[in-house]
Amino acid sequence: MGRMRIDCQHVWEYISAYIDGEVDAELRAHIDQHLATCEICSAVLDSTRNIVILVADDRVFELPAGFSERLHERIAEVLK
Amino acid sequence: MTNSSNAEFDAECIRRILAGEKHLFHDLIRPCERSIFFLLLSLLGDEGEAEDVAQETVIKVYLNLHLFRGESQFRTWVLSIARNEGLGRLRKLGSRREDSLDAGTDEQTGDYTPAILTSWREIPTEALERKELGELLRDAIGKLPEIYRNVVLLRDIEEMDIRETAEVLKITEGAVKVRLHRARALLQKTLAPHLKAFSPQRKRLFGWGA
Repeated sequence: MGRMRIDCQHVWEYISAYIDGEVDAELRAHIDQHLATCEICSAVLDSTRNIVILVADDRVFELPAGFSERLHERIAEVLK
Repeated sequence: MTNSSNAEFDAECIRRILAGEKHLFHDLIRPCERSIFFLLLSLLGDEGEAEDVAQETVIKVYLNLHLFRGESQFRTWVLSIARNEGLGRLRKLGSRREDSLDAGTDEQTGDYTPAILTSWREIPTEALERKELGELLRDAIGKLPEIYRNVVLLRDIEEMDIRETAEVLKITEGAVKVRLHRARALLQKTLAPHLKAFSPQRKRLFGWGA
């Protein structure tokens, strides 16, 4: 990466990889350095990370009522 | 549970089912049910169709269980079957949705600039008790282009890793990362401005201000 100067645009490009821990140590350090002083990128990172956490919550996507029961009844018929 | 203990449980379960303990199939498939349904819902866009194909998928898995070689995780194999079944149903329905699967490529350009916020206060997951928040999230994900929606579904909603996601969707890991990045950027752009309304209100006992 050499002596890379990182700006907001750069940070946005790596936000998803940063959240997933998919950036190397050097890039992470550059991003952290930028985040420490950039309120906008910090808010973008936090909001993105928060959205990732929210969509993973089982309450957002719930199976239709009775889905599992109907599925296992069907399985039971085939297993007979 | 770690992946390896999952794999051991699956392998043992499959061995016993094939040896005649058929009822164990209920336990084997249970951890995959959610992912099967939501993958199919993402493809088919209709709960009734998704449930119907989910049942067909599970029966197919059972009938083909002897073909599972353990080269991938059991869930990955199951979801590949679900995806094939779903694509088959789309063809049968003569739906245009299938065309839209190929329409989007990773080269396509788009505006992935995030919503600019000057401050962000965390939305606690308790806010999900409010049903409008869930609706907002489902709606935003539903409006993502198909190729991005699938990736978000497997990676962020069903929490599969990048390799597994790539395997199910039959795309490269690089493509998963690109699509995931774009999908999350689009979600941030759409959702962040609305989500702020769900952060806990500061008590304003003494008028405006903190």
